[in-house]
Amino acid sequence: MNKETTWVRKDLLGLEDLSREEIKLILSTAESFKEVSTREIKKVPALRGKTVVNLFYEPSTRTRVSFEVAAKRLSADVINIATETSSVKKGETLVDTGRNIQALKADIIVMRHNYSGAAVMLARHLDISVVNAGDGWHEHPTQALLDMFTLKEKLGNIEGLNVSIVGDIAHSRVARSNIWGLTKMGAKVTVCAPQMLIPPGIEKMAVRVTNDIEAALKNADAVNVLRMQFERDDEHAFPQQLEYLKNFGITEDRLLKAKKNMLVMHPGPLNRGIEISSEVADGTNSVILEQVTNGIAVRMAVLFLVAQGRDKKNETSN
Amino acid sequence: MKLLIKSGWVVDPANNIDGILDVLIENGKIACLQKDITVKADKIIDASAKIVIPGIVDMHVHLREPGREDKETVASGTQAALKGGVTSLLAMPNTTPAIDSPANVDLLKNIIKKSARCNVFISAAITKSRLGKEITDIAGLKKSEVIAITDDGSSVDDGKIFLKALQKCAKEKMLVIAHCEDKALSKNGVVNLGFISTKLGLRGISRESEYLRIERDIELAQRVKTGLHIAHVSCRESVEIIAKAKKKAVALTCETAPHYFSLSEDDVAGYDTNMKINPPLRAKEDVLAIREGLRSGVIDAIASDHAPHTENEKDIEFDRAEFGKIGLESGLAVCVMELIDKQILSWPELVRKISLNPAKILGINKGRLSVGLEADITILDPNKEFILKKETIVSKSKNSPFIGRKVKGAVEYTILGGKIVYEEAC
Repeated sequence: MNKETTWVRKDLLGLEDLSREEIKLILSTAESFKEVSTREIKKVPALRGKTVVNLFYEPSTRTRVSFEVAAKRLSADVINIATETSSVKKGETLVDTGRNIQALKADIIVMRHNYSGAAVMLARHLDISVVNAGDGWHEHPTQALLDMFTLKEKLGNIEGLNVSIVGDIAHSRVARSNIWGLTKMGAKVTVCAPQMLIPPGIEKMAVRVTNDIEAALKNADAVNVLRMQFERDDEHAFPQQLEYLKNFGITEDRLLKAKKNMLVMHPGPLNRGIEISSEVADGTNSVILEQVTNGIAVRMAVLFLVAQGRDKKNETSN
Repeated sequence: MKLLIKSGWVVDPANNIDGILDVLIENGKIACLQKDITVKADKIIDASAKIVIPGIVDMHVHLREPGREDKETVASGTQAALKGGVTSLLAMPNTTPAIDSPANVDLLKNIIKKSARCNVFISAAITKSRLGKEITDIAGLKKSEVIAITDDGSSVDDGKIFLKALQKCAKEKMLVIAHCEDKALSKNGVVNLGFISTKLGLRGISRESEYLRIERDIELAQRVKTGLHIAHVSCRESVEIIAKAKKKAVALTCETAPHYFSLSEDDVAGYDTNMKINPPLRAKEDVLAIREGLRSGVIDAIASDHAPHTENEKDIEFDRAEFGKIGLESGLAVCVMELIDKQILSWPELVRKISLNPAKILGINKGRLSVGLEADITILDPNKEFILKKETIVSKSKNSPFIGRKVKGAVEYTILGGKIVYEEAC
């Protein structure tokens, strides 16, 4: 493990704020936790006696389950709160909900929220740790961390890699977190989408922008295919589904023109036949299921580090 | 009753005064401005090293009463005004009910009579309930001493209705104040559209939503040859359009607010909802363009757009939080720091923007220190620095983006009709 960097943050809200060293520390911590999931008894006592609350304001299966598994493999107690069953329906504010969870002496809140900035706001009001499991279009740091972990595991080093992110960049928290993380780690990032799904000023995040899928795939060491959320297109910004597959979908034909070993990643859930063809999703370039496995290790690392960071904070304030 | 202000640096552009003078107030009126006045006064204020200006006229204030007394009242808002050196203000009509009829004006007048602590002038809505559909009784409102009409908070989207309102106002010689925003373009937006909206993952409010509506409103006002005042100008294109139109337009004026020349979209990072304002804090280049507009004279006035909101409405998710910030108590200090210290405006130029011009635009006999006029005077220490603290805010709401910031330029005395109505605790 990296000896020089120590983790001092009580929260993980996004990758924009993190230094390269902090990202490296999370990834190396995750490496040491990955082995736990291969044991016959998949458990370490790192967070024994700690309580992790999954607070999800948006439906999510994969992220919530991944965090739950990660917390349990660290021996933490896990409580899941979904908004359908909570007093949020009765009009309680987010901060009040957070304070109540804090009063229950929970240690970490893992929150998914439909509003950008919700995790930042909650963290400001609480002494306990907040881990952002996706807020609006803003950030989804653990997804980007597991994407980077997968890249590092498969390709050895992130620095110098060409990574293309294809899809609805404008409304994607996965894209934003990946851009912050990858550029900090020295990768060259290209974003590719129809022009109406490229948000203004994105080039200031040090990425190359293209509307041409062939250009995005050429020389790419990995492509991260974003989910096209047609069901949420309240602004009528999306092209037709078939038009999208034709112009931007990752298909076998397009793979033939790309680097032979180009990794194909996807944060899930898949829209087969829209942003990615089934042949590619299930093919040899795909690391989509490995991403899911790595998500556990990365989330174990994050939960472990923020718990440590909070303890450190308390020590210094005493 | 005689009050003598000794040795202050008096700035009164209406009378070309910019130098050390004594000011004598007798029976509530300005009696004399001279060097070394030696009369026996009931009270003497030593204003050496202080600046003496005509009381500030803030032409854009949301007092929230009637209807939202939890945010602000006429009493609390006007008390905050006095602390900020404001002696006259224009109350915006977007209350509950809206000030959209002579009867509702009377309702507000009664509240003002009972509780206002500074001069409160009344504006009324252009359309009933500010819905943009049915024009209010402008002739009747004029008779009720309403001095301007505005649907502030919304623009009148239907151009035909707005044109008709302008025609009525031309006839009644009523000032129209336009909130320029095309809500079809700004829909659901919460921050400036650009890198900041991209970075924070928030919906953007485009500059077009502001300046295209300014263009339309100016065109329509020109057609009927009536006066038009554009509220809260925030971006470069708006300044350019107004500059161009002013060369030919009749009676076109505009205002900006202190936050548009002191803060930018970068201040929204961290999702501070006190930075959530409409129009939004724009890019750095816009801040520079607003400053230049003030310097060149394209922008006539500075008004606070004081918009109080409770903590319950602000300390929530950014998307759900109300737009607006308070500004009565911090406005002058922000002007001193951002415009005087940065040498964008001289003192006489600043006093024009905050006192004289707003009074002229509104057609009220304020904003000057002429002998015989009601003595509304603000005395400030331009060099005094202080940190703006939440606990010391007088306004009922505390949604100031400047809390915790060091500011410079403190109001020491506010004099209203010859009476000291605010005195800074030493």
